[in-house]
Amino acid sequence: MTAISSTGLTKRFRGGQLAVDHIDLLVPNGAVYGFLGPNGSGKTTTIRMLLGLAFPTSGQAELLGVPVPAGANRVLHRVGSLVEGPAFYPFLSGRDNLARYDAADRTADPRTMPDRISEALERVGLLPAAGKRYRHYSLGMKQRLAIAASLLRPRELIILDEPTNGLDPQGTREVRALVRQIAADGTTVFVSSHLLAEVEQVCTHVGVMRTGRLVFQGPLPELRRTGAARVVVQTADADGAVKVFATLGLTDTQAGPDEASALLGDAEPEHVCAELVHAGIGVRGFSVASPSLEDLFVGLTGEGFDVDG
Amino acid sequence: MSTAEAPALPAPGPGPAPAAPAARNPARAWLRLFGAELRLVFGRRRNQLLLAVTVVFPVVIGIALRVAAPHPQGGGNGPGAAFFNQLAGNGVFLTFIALSTLLILVLPVVVAVVAGDSVAGEAGYGTLRYLLAVPAGRTRLLAVKFAAIVMFGLAATVIVSAVSLATGAALFPVGPVTLLSGATVPLAEGLLRVLFVTLYVAAAMAALGAIGLAISTLTEHAIGAIAAIAILVVTSEVVDQVPQLAAIGPYLPTHWWLSFDSILRAPVDTSTLLKGLLSFGVYAVLFGSFAWARFTSADVTS
Repeated sequence: MTAISSTGLTKRFRGGQLAVDHIDLLVPNGAVYGFLGPNGSGKTTTIRMLLGLAFPTSGQAELLGVPVPAGANRVLHRVGSLVEGPAFYPFLSGRDNLARYDAADRTADPRTMPDRISEALERVGLLPAAGKRYRHYSLGMKQRLAIAASLLRPRELIILDEPTNGLDPQGTREVRALVRQIAADGTTVFVSSHLLAEVEQVCTHVGVMRTGRLVFQGPLPELRRTGAARVVVQTADADGAVKVFATLGLTDTQAGPDEASALLGDAEPEHVCAELVHAGIGVRGFSVASPSLEDLFVGLTGEGFDVDG
Repeated sequence: MSTAEAPALPAPGPGPAPAAPAARNPARAWLRLFGAELRLVFGRRRNQLLLAVTVVFPVVIGIALRVAAPHPQGGGNGPGAAFFNQLAGNGVFLTFIALSTLLILVLPVVVAVVAGDSVAGEAGYGTLRYLLAVPAGRTRLLAVKFAAIVMFGLAATVIVSAVSLATGAALFPVGPVTLLSGATVPLAEGLLRVLFVTLYVAAAMAALGAIGLAISTLTEHAIGAIAAIAILVVTSEVVDQVPQLAAIGPYLPTHWWLSFDSILRAPVDTSTLLKGLLSFGVYAVLFGSFAWARFTSADVTS
């Protein structure tokens, strides 16, 4: 069974803008799925559709095997969520805020509520501030209270939209540890971020969004494998090396002052090296380099600031 | 905490817990959310302040009339003018004076604040998306919101009546009640009529609450919704005063509010009362349906 799946999920805003463009999500049970993409790439709109807050223009989505938004009221109590930042009543304490949300849950047992609230606050380290009014919380505390709200019940799936937004490095580490802990309990975690580095360490799977389209989805190692390796030669005769690359049929050749490189493709590195030596190129150094995950991510999503659409 | 194998079961509490059905019972779950909504509405300092204002007004009106109006015959033709003539003889009439005075703006604004805030306020805080993700259920949440608005309007009306009765009893003589039609009824029956008048006004406020709820689903700015409701009330009252527009008068939302004086006649003018209640019912159903249609189909973008 899959925790989240969608086929052709699409959202076109009233203004005509295509926010989410036929995405086919597949989040396996037990995965920690990093939902990546720059700001404005459609991540939050997708999450809103999954939670039944926004209605898709076309396409289907399922949470834990239940179609949404039609079955949202039947399945959402099994799903914890943090959407677009924390939101609580500023004039209520942290504890009263959680009680308010718990009261809205028709499947929650009111008699176990005090214990469940304490437990959730304890998990995010907010128990000492439970009686404080929300308006006096720091940004990090607000974020943690939102995570506590998603942990009020045992959940099968937790959806966290940018859980580290606005947090300092210390807070970011705490959230990461919490995600690890939640996943260790067997809960599927779907976590969105515009920063690969923030989720890379905890994710088993990633989906990468760009301008409303899902441009990659799969296990994290698979994303690594998509990185095309380049052969890089340190040599005084870069132009000569490029000619050899060309005769070998390598593409995307580049010549620098003391270095030449090309896409390796299906060629054997050993063979390339031998050919270079055979052609009389003075090889000082020879390596095969795979791009970093960050490079791949940037390759998929584009450099920052290029907001398309 | 671990993932439950059977997700439908609630978290196991301490001790034996055969009580899953208790939490399951939709009526009980509804009442639980309703209770939480009432705590939120009545526990909020701003709303408590509004109720405090409704306490102060009847007292001030009572004192002012006691001090300044020994000759009520010259009382003009403002709302409830007929009541002023009766007050000197019977403190019970302070209730009707206070209700008809506060119905012009104070009570509608009290209801408008809570109704306008109901959905728009949640949207503004962003708590609406979390309530729906709980999931509270859109129809269920809207029903709870409306019920809480009705309760708040009822509370404000009852407070005005109760405080007026107490103030009237303290400042004026109290005894058998002479009705507007001239007949005199025993005090107990007079008090019963006060109760009916209070309920009639509360029904009027419930209808206004439905209008406010509908307006509240259109925006995420509570203050805008509140202002819109208040403007609607004032506009309706002004239009109702224009003789050239008398034809549309009966269809205005505020037209029947002051018709509670029908209860103070013998026999009771039931046809006017029923028209008023019909008007309230139609407005409640119309705007309640609009609120529902809008709230269950709109994307929550806040």
